[in-house]
Amino acid sequence: MEQWISLLGSTIRVSTPLVLASLAGLFSERSGVVDIGLEGKMLTSAFASAAAAYVTGNPWLGLMAGMFAAILLSMMHALVSVTYNGNQLISGMAVNTIASGITPVLGLAWFQQGGNSPQLDDVARFQDITLPFADSISRVPVVGPIYSGILSGHCILVYLTFLVVLPVVTWVVYRSRFGLRLRAVGENPHAADTAGISVARVRYLALLCNGMLCGMAGTFLSVYQTGSFIKEMTAGKGFLALAALIFGKWRPAYAMLGCLLFAFADSVQIRLEGVPLPIIGEIPSQFIQVIPYVLTVLLLAGFVGRAVAPKAIGIPFVKSR
Amino acid sequence: MKFGQPSTLPRWAQLTILPALNIFAALLVTGLVTWLIGENPLECLKLLIHGAFGYGEGIGYTLFYTTDFIFTGLAVAAAFHAGLFNIGGEGQAYLAGLGITLTVFAFDKVLPFWVLMPLCLIAAMAFGAAWAYIPAWLQAKRGSHIVVTTIMFNFISYSLMLYLIGHQLIEPGSQNPTTREFGQNAWMPAMQDILAGIGIHIPNTPLNGSFFLALIACVAFYLVVWHSRWGYELRTVGTNEHAARYAGMNVTKIIVLAMCASGALAGLSAVNELLGSTHRMNVLFTNGIGFVGVAVALMGRNHPVGIFLSALLFGALTQGGLDLSFAKPMITREMVLLIEGLVILFCGGLENLFEPILAMFFKRGK
Repeated sequence: MEQWISLLGSTIRVSTPLVLASLAGLFSERSGVVDIGLEGKMLTSAFASAAAAYVTGNPWLGLMAGMFAAILLSMMHALVSVTYNGNQLISGMAVNTIASGITPVLGLAWFQQGGNSPQLDDVARFQDITLPFADSISRVPVVGPIYSGILSGHCILVYLTFLVVLPVVTWVVYRSRFGLRLRAVGENPHAADTAGISVARVRYLALLCNGMLCGMAGTFLSVYQTGSFIKEMTAGKGFLALAALIFGKWRPAYAMLGCLLFAFADSVQIRLEGVPLPIIGEIPSQFIQVIPYVLTVLLLAGFVGRAVAPKAIGIPFVKSR
Repeated sequence: MKFGQPSTLPRWAQLTILPALNIFAALLVTGLVTWLIGENPLECLKLLIHGAFGYGEGIGYTLFYTTDFIFTGLAVAAAFHAGLFNIGGEGQAYLAGLGITLTVFAFDKVLPFWVLMPLCLIAAMAFGAAWAYIPAWLQAKRGSHIVVTTIMFNFISYSLMLYLIGHQLIEPGSQNPTTREFGQNAWMPAMQDILAGIGIHIPNTPLNGSFFLALIACVAFYLVVWHSRWGYELRTVGTNEHAARYAGMNVTKIIVLAMCASGALAGLSAVNELLGSTHRMNVLFTNGIGFVGVAVALMGRNHPVGIFLSALLFGALTQGGLDLSFAKPMITREMVLLIEGLVILFCGGLENLFEPILAMFFKRGK
């Protein structure tokens, strides 16, 4: 029982950056701009936020710096994809490569610790929050462990993500004027253009939201989870988020479920490391690590359900010839 | 915009001024970053060039890396000509390493070099091609996007190989996740040994016979893409898939074949790494060479001559960058990644940035 509680608790923690990044990808891809640069934006913002939090000693200023850095890269992606009608995949790859290059270069120059940032003090990090009454009701059966073991004891970013960001994003995408335009531009930019919507403006705004969310995701990793920036610390999380987005068929709630699923697999894998199971024996951790990627491939190929991308995705919008 | 779209520029300008402008822009930004972290960019450039070309070992290492990048660059270009973006060169090269290792383990006790080496080459190409075949088939038959699939296949290959090297192929008793050393009959002859045979003595470097293989691949690439029926079909599909279908070409078959050729070429870089240099398989021996291939192909405008030159540039950046990072403790070798990313940005993403400006210039000249 206790194992399950800690397993689910860590699932929520691990899934948070994935949820943020896949919602970031959702904005971009729903507007018709492919984003394989989530990974790079997360990495850059993890670095910027750790650096800022270290210098100022304030995690919130770290968050601002992280968001700013990710927005810069998002705007670069927008410049290439929207203004210059360039290839969005190549631009995304450029974002990733530049991020892998610039973070250790600046990291070494600023901190002289082999490209990593120094460990942050406790005040400069986001701290775990114990929800009210968590201690007093922890002995109540069922509700107690769920409340105090799974839901309580995360940092503010976790609660922000699940209680604010996710509902707001869902509302914006499906209920707001901007969301309607966003989806219109992603499905049929020419029709949207005829209706008087500026495709370029909507896509720039979408990428702005994308940068903000990527910045939060990156900040979560460095200013909360590890407490310092480590070279290549995203380690494929950006692509995992992209996989979850596809898994969720480009819809916020389903993408979140995908993230929770992948995070659960990750948490299980850490616990199963070296533990022999009945009948099947020890499962090599790689078998579990590979699940999200295999699932995504199968899903995209239509073997397990069907994921249909926004129609105009990846195609630069040329107003007239 | 699709690749290989006709340009408004004269061909010579497209192949010389444009890449030069792009690399200049990339180096300018890198220089700016170098200056920002308090180093002298010109001094660094001088150190970098000296590290890459200034002495015998440096040149050897430069050409060794060049060999890798020629293969992965040609791999990306082969797919580009069919209008496909193969971002999976990394995984394909990784899997090719598995093909090589299995072949060597099976036969290095029994077969002589002259039989084993061709077998290894075939295995490398076959495994690389097979790893590219699945995404290609999924794109052609099931409509899943090849870029996302190849990204996922890269990650699948990391897990698969980590498992295989760590649990199955690991040298018994070894602490490190690496295979046993290959038998000498599976070693690609080193360049110093080849040249010593004809009386030329060069310093010992990992540069090996695969370099000639890479040059042959460049020539073959040129002949196939521009002087064969298959290459014509390939370029037609890349320029206009509908026209190709209307002309009676089997688009599915061409897409699958192009990706297989791409995977096979990427696989050959594993030959250079494993048979030419390390003589055993390590975890993550590919170390990003598949991704460098994208930058190389973009800068080389998908032409073998351009790919050779930009592979040489990236080989020099890799080797010179390593030397530079030893000489300057404030600069890490990841600086090369920054340059690589900027080259991808300027040559690939922002290809429309300089071209209209140049085109205007040329129009005015007329």
